[in-house]
Amino acid sequence: MKRSPAGTGENFGFSDAPSATATAAGGGSEAVMTYLEAISDALRTEMRRDPDVLVMGEDIAGSFGGAFKVTKGFEEEFGARRVINTPMCEQGFVGAANGMALMGLRPVVEMQFADFISTGFDAIVQYAAPNHYRWGAPVPWVIRAPSDGGIRSGPFHSQNPEAWFVHTPGLKVVAPSTPADAKGLLISAIRDDNPVIYFEAKPLYRSIRGEVPSGEHTTPIGKASIVREGTELTVVTYGSIVHQSLAAADRLAGEVSVEIVDLRTLKPLDTGTVLASVRKTGRAVVVHAANRLAGVGAEIAALLAEEAFEYLDAPVARLGGLDTPVPFSPPLEDAYRPDQAKITEAIRRTARF
Amino acid sequence: MLSDALLHLYRLMMRIRVFEEKVQELHKLGRLPGFVHVYLGEEAVAVGACSVLRRTDHITSTHRGHGHCIAKGADVAPMMAELFGKADGYCKGKGGSMHIIDTSLGILGANGIVGGGIPMAAGAGLADTVLGRDGVTVCFFGDGAANQGVLLEALNLSAIWKLPVVYLCESNHYMEFTPTADLTAGRIYRRAEPFGIPGVEVDGNDVLEVRRAAAEAVDRARRGEGPTLIEAVTYRFAGHSEGEEAFVSAYRTEEEVESWKARDPVTCFRERLLAELPDRASELDDIDDAEQASVEAAVRFAEAAPFPPPGQALEHVFAEAGA
Ligand SMILES: Cc1ncc(C[n+]2csc(CCOP(=O)(O)OP(=O)(O)O)c2C)c(N)n1
Ligand SMILES: [Mg+2]
Repeated sequence: MKRSPAGTGENFGFSDAPSATATAAGGGSEAVMTYLEAISDALRTEMRRDPDVLVMGEDIAGSFGGAFKVTKGFEEEFGARRVINTPMCEQGFVGAANGMALMGLRPVVEMQFADFISTGFDAIVQYAAPNHYRWGAPVPWVIRAPSDGGIRSGPFHSQNPEAWFVHTPGLKVVAPSTPADAKGLLISAIRDDNPVIYFEAKPLYRSIRGEVPSGEHTTPIGKASIVREGTELTVVTYGSIVHQSLAAADRLAGEVSVEIVDLRTLKPLDTGTVLASVRKTGRAVVVHAANRLAGVGAEIAALLAEEAFEYLDAPVARLGGLDTPVPFSPPLEDAYRPDQAKITEAIRRTARF
Repeated sequence: MLSDALLHLYRLMMRIRVFEEKVQELHKLGRLPGFVHVYLGEEAVAVGACSVLRRTDHITSTHRGHGHCIAKGADVAPMMAELFGKADGYCKGKGGSMHIIDTSLGILGANGIVGGGIPMAAGAGLADTVLGRDGVTVCFFGDGAANQGVLLEALNLSAIWKLPVVYLCESNHYMEFTPTADLTAGRIYRRAEPFGIPGVEVDGNDVLEVRRAAAEAVDRARRGEGPTLIEAVTYRFAGHSEGEEAFVSAYRTEEEVESWKARDPVTCFRERLLAELPDRASELDDIDDAEQASVEAAVRFAEAAPFPPPGQALEHVFAEAGA
């Protein structure tokens, strides 16, 4: 997989710039795609396979195809009954997705930005999440939530609100970092009988491309992946920060042997993979773009304290966004976000402890 | 209306016009980070409505808020600095274009969460009521925002409690790239009727029409007779957000855009003033020059202002504990 530094895109994928030519690779079984194209590909694959799958959201139909163009051309192929332009009323259309899912459909709702998910919060946490537990009735929807920042878009277009949903029983939460997983996790999310929040990292949309299996490629929900093997320290991360972590590890090659666990699914958490890696290396740095306090990293750190205490040679280091709203001004946002330099520093500190 | 007051309306509309054109220019040059939504074409709505407000009255604004803020008296220099992300901006660089606020001027904040300002306006009205003041709040919101359910909650609260709030919908025919008509049942101003409050439609490109409707609604609110819903029919000349040409093909016909530009609220009002106050023609030119100069000065101010130091990122999360 080729990488360019995440989060430096001039317009973070808004532009309709030439898409990665999805040329079929060996045996027609793989194609090189951007992260964004992989999301579209997953949706298209599932909509072709299953007539119950449909997409809904603001401005997603027609030639526009959504703020980030994920569903461009979908209305043409699948028709207006399955590519539904909604008014701006998140509480209303997430609530409607609940109703549709109860009726057996599989709506995939596009939140224009993950930040606006709070406007539909009640429909998610009070209805979708506990419905199976209290009624025995599944709610098989997916909400696609374009999250993450580094793109100077200020407090309301840069958030990483995954912790709210990880904390809510009944929801599954995924956050792919590669094109292949972007496709595989979205297909798995659509097929899952539970409500799944799918966090897609805006800074990755067009900044990374990679090989993506064609057709019905799935990535199991609940399974982390080791994206870099190492022996001396484990970085546990997900989303766009996987790429910052890989870059930091590359920079430290020869100094510290770093293993990187890409969680991919935030709930249910693959505790086995995390524990096995840290028991092997004896040191851990946990890092994500979301703010640190009570974030997913806190859960990982607690897990390591409970289940890997005797293997640890250093305190678990935890990095995240600052515990502030996401500031607009470039130097403030840079201070806010964990980046390659901060990760490198945390790895060194932990390795030397 | 006194001719001085008419000229003042013109001045404010021109200030918005010049400010927004400058913002477009700077954005094209890549000098402004983030998203910017300009108010070009809708100047008469904010200026007409704010012209009947007192300094102690309030407004709530939107993601397209520069015009509202200027009309309520905001200073273009710290506004511009905020758009640049500078320390001397209205929010010290922490917010950006969609977050301008100045409570001392009664500006309760622009809002990037669309619809967010609507219930806050009800709250501002309730506060004035609870505090026994005769303030009025004007709530600006878009025709797209009108479909957030919270509008109906706010209208109901305002109706049952007879709150001094004027809900002012800027009906510019689009929610981003989708025509409002495709997304909206019935007419927005008619949503007032079931709540038993007045609902009025006005020509949002005619500053005096907006002013007249707003005056009636504000007077009614100040008398304690409750809210009004005004739908000002208008049009945005620019894209939904600056730079959209790069990623969206045309979603409005040229004829449509041109037909609205023929009813440009600023130039039409200028022509009207020239016809009605021919002896003050040169003053209009002076206003144009002065506004142009003040926006240029605002850009210089913004450019000269420092970026906030990185350590500022951690500051102001909480208000200082009360003494
Ligand atoms: C809660 C929420 N949902 C969606 C958006 C994305 N968005 C930003 S502006 C906008 C359209 C607003 O339309 P309208 O209210 O008509 O205002 P206009 O832009 O036309 O002035 C949308 C959907 C948002 N900012 N907040
Ligand atoms: Mg609109």
